[in-house]
Amino acid sequence: MSDNNKMTIIATKGTFDWAFPPFIIASTGVAMDKEVSIFFTFYGLNLLLKDTSKLKVSPIGNPGMPMKMPFGPKWLQAIDFGPKIPNVLWNIPFADTLVTFLMKKTMAKHGVAKLEDLRSMCQEFDVKFIACEMTVDLFGYSKDDFIDGVEFAGAATYFEEASTGNHHLYM
Amino acid sequence: MADETLDASGLNCPLPILKTKKALSKMDTGKILDVISTDAGSVKDIEAFCNQTGNKLISTVEDGGKYVFTIEKV
Repeated sequence: MSDNNKMTIIATKGTFDWAFPPFIIASTGVAMDKEVSIFFTFYGLNLLLKDTSKLKVSPIGNPGMPMKMPFGPKWLQAIDFGPKIPNVLWNIPFADTLVTFLMKKTMAKHGVAKLEDLRSMCQEFDVKFIACEMTVDLFGYSKDDFIDGVEFAGAATYFEEASTGNHHLYM
Repeated sequence: MADETLDASGLNCPLPILKTKKALSKMDTGKILDVISTDAGSVKDIEAFCNQTGNKLISTVEDGGKYVFTIEKV
């Protein structure tokens, strides 16, 4: 494998929805014969936690999110509630939990991989997971909070990873 | 006639590609893999996958929302 076949991703988002793109692109990259490293920093660290239950998708300040029911009669499933519900009304307890539950249902219905499965497939395919040591300390995480197989390092290590590749994404 | 068949029906992007990759990696060069998919996106994706990885896409057959890709491992 030539060196310039390398790809790096900087994963910075820690919500349930944004957890998918880094793992999807990374696993597909390896399937397409790329060598892939992901550098997880700030909220992106959430993606490496053993306990992924804190990953939620929020409707608050998220007007781009279509909100359709994953079950019920066809006419109900066809309605996009996103633009119909004033965003301020989502400031109610457990809104994130409800919306995350509905998104998981919708994903299962569409045959989208589970987050944990995508993540372990990345590891099986030898995607390198690097957690930003500074933000691990900053947020008071312990290394035990993260799944096995994660390297802990800083920005300079990212640059070393990126130096031989020509495909770098910030997510 | 395919040596192996992978049924990826009902699975969405990127699972058909990931499972194809896994199936091919267990096969010997020259063997034939049939991949069954219901994901319309996989028509372009399997082609791109084969172009990129050097495997040979022998045929793509569509039958009522079901796609069968025949791939030769190279």
